[in-house]
Amino acid sequence: MNNVVLLPIIIPLLTGMIMIIFRKNIRFQRAFSIFAILATGAVSVFLMAQIRAKGIQTLQLGGWQAPFGISMVADMFSALLLLTTSVVSFCCLLFAFRSIGKEREASYFYPMVLFLITGVNGSFLTGDLFNLYVCFEVMLISSYVLITLGGTKKQLRESIKYVLTNIVSSFLFLVAIAYLYAMTGTLNLAHLSVRIAEAGQDGLMTTVAILFLIVFSMKAALFLFFWLPGSYSAPPTAIAALFAGLLTKVGIYALFRMFTLVFYHEPQITHLIIGVLGALTMLLGAIGAIAYWDIKKILTYNVMVGVGFIMAGLASFTPVAMTGSIYYLIHDMIIKALIFLIGGTMIHLTGTSKLKEISGLIGTHPYLGWLFFIAALSLSGIPPLSGFLGKVYITQGTFETGYYWLGAIGLITSLMVLFSIMKIFMNGFWGETYLSEEMEKGTTKGLMFPIGLLTVATIVLGVGAEGIIEYVNLATESLMNPKLYIEAVFRGNVTP
Amino acid sequence: METLMSILVGLLFSIGTYLILSKTLLRIVLGASIISHGVNLLILTMGGLKKGGLPLLGGNNLSYTDALPQALILTAIVINFAVTALFLVLCYRTYQVVGTDDSEQLRGNEDE
Amino acid sequence: MKKPNDVILHSVTKAAVVIILTFSIDLFFAGHHDPGGGFIGGLGFASALTLLLLAFDIEWVRENIPIDFKVVTASGVLIAVLTGLGSVVFDAPFLSQTFDYFNLPIFGKTELATAVIFDFGVALAVIGTAVTIILSIAEDR
Repeated sequence: MNNVVLLPIIIPLLTGMIMIIFRKNIRFQRAFSIFAILATGAVSVFLMAQIRAKGIQTLQLGGWQAPFGISMVADMFSALLLLTTSVVSFCCLLFAFRSIGKEREASYFYPMVLFLITGVNGSFLTGDLFNLYVCFEVMLISSYVLITLGGTKKQLRESIKYVLTNIVSSFLFLVAIAYLYAMTGTLNLAHLSVRIAEAGQDGLMTTVAILFLIVFSMKAALFLFFWLPGSYSAPPTAIAALFAGLLTKVGIYALFRMFTLVFYHEPQITHLIIGVLGALTMLLGAIGAIAYWDIKKILTYNVMVGVGFIMAGLASFTPVAMTGSIYYLIHDMIIKALIFLIGGTMIHLTGTSKLKEISGLIGTHPYLGWLFFIAALSLSGIPPLSGFLGKVYITQGTFETGYYWLGAIGLITSLMVLFSIMKIFMNGFWGETYLSEEMEKGTTKGLMFPIGLLTVATIVLGVGAEGIIEYVNLATESLMNPKLYIEAVFRGNVTP
Repeated sequence: METLMSILVGLLFSIGTYLILSKTLLRIVLGASIISHGVNLLILTMGGLKKGGLPLLGGNNLSYTDALPQALILTAIVINFAVTALFLVLCYRTYQVVGTDDSEQLRGNEDE
Repeated sequence: MKKPNDVILHSVTKAAVVIILTFSIDLFFAGHHDPGGGFIGGLGFASALTLLLLAFDIEWVRENIPIDFKVVTASGVLIAVLTGLGSVVFDAPFLSQTFDYFNLPIFGKTELATAVIFDFGVALAVIGTAVTIILSIAEDR
């Protein structure tokens, strides 16, 4: 029992609710939301230290023991993602202070962001499948509100598609849960793992596994990404960056959890399908990123490439590849938020997202330009920066398992990503400066700090890999060895 | 009984899918809510349809029903209630702002 | 526009609302050992308010019940979560509950449980959410 496990969910929820009561006081809301995020970050660092010292931490809600009550489980994988979530949302909030606008601030922007974080943190921490569904819904409903906030034509139009897609995938999630409950009689993840290991993963169970794969693929934009480009380009920059950094990653987390803890018995079927879907996602995403000449479109297609690449690690299912995937997942959360923030700043400055109408921004905004350059290098995995290590490990893992095609596609798409992102750099920042500072639509005042902070994070993640990899290895250990998770949940009582 | 319920669930799903695939926004909302009923029935059926008393302490029943699917459905109903309300308001607002409830015309174009 | 004459609806509503409210409070307290509880009690309460909204003007209800129902939701969730956090102070897992028997002046031996406070929070949250949804759909025309 460790009540700290629950704090990353409780803190944002409580602060969000208090903020609804004090709706009028924007300054209070700003200060309070920053405080909440910082507190959540501090708690996750504390959790990481505890997990490192004493193993996986659990909490049985209300004292009801494991298979009967709801368990909360924090292993190193969740704790790392919690910390990254705090970092990303902290920077997005700072960015939002300057760019989101009074009207949105007054219509519950900050509470909704905090509820979104509640849902994300809850999904990372829960040890119960149905509770995962509830946390997903908390996150999704807040995201529905955030994506429509402001109510411009484009936002409304895109959000209908976004909401409908997610409603349907939530139904599929419930259907999958119902089937799984009928077959195993439990929804506790650890208990599910035990039951399926006992009974064996037969054809029917694998079918249910694939149903779960479809559900989470929809959320993670793994191959089923048709909803993503439209809905991520509709909301304002701070919200889009938050979505790019967090939302799809929760789907990825759920895929990792389900396919390492519960459905890990038939990797030649399920994990191979994940690999194929990952490869297709990478290819299609990279082609999209190259084809478009619109900053927002290029960036959203890059989100997909990242998702596909992380899934290549899960598909190979070796310790090395998993280490790479976890490391790359953390990197991806930071870097996607970063490039979305920079892209949004460019649009904010020029008033257009069409790359052909932008030129020579580096003349007036050298810092922005070079920060974008660093982000671009990191995104495509140039050595000292954070993308490199993950790519090396994942590629090594795919080669170890014999999935040469997967590793090759990963490397080819890396080049395509580099090309697409350099397209933004060469067209947007290089070239003739014909937009003087007076003619710009907005300023970068106050926007540079969060961007700089995320850039520092990606550099630290790359240069300080030596220290971080130790934690990532712990996370890999708990993922590759389901026994650890099960023992932590059933600690002290007999496994039923 | 389970077979009958499965057929009913299938029927609800097909009606819901048909409605979601139609063009009018209101029909899409209705389709989503019909599917949600189908899902709830499915959870109930998958938990096993049993006869028995309330699963509460102190009763004199020999057999009890499984409380978990009911708890799950209650939660799912609440969530669907919230989502459907939000979706309905969203569709209504879109109809007001965009001026159409035809999903064909909501496709949008590159330049605006 | 001619004002519709709905005397019957008005008078029935005035009586029915009291009955529904009483019944929902009864449901709320029944929830500890029997079917009922905060969720259903709250829904009953909200349905009484909805009936008021249907029978009378929204403005009229607004004037007589000048509460922002979003705040009701928020305080309900706050109460529920803080009750859960209360167990953390006593070093028990989050959401643990306890109960004891007290001799109260009028009621005699009564069981008081912390779960009721949690349930009260749930009821407030349900009332707030349901009425907010109905108001926001109804207000717009």
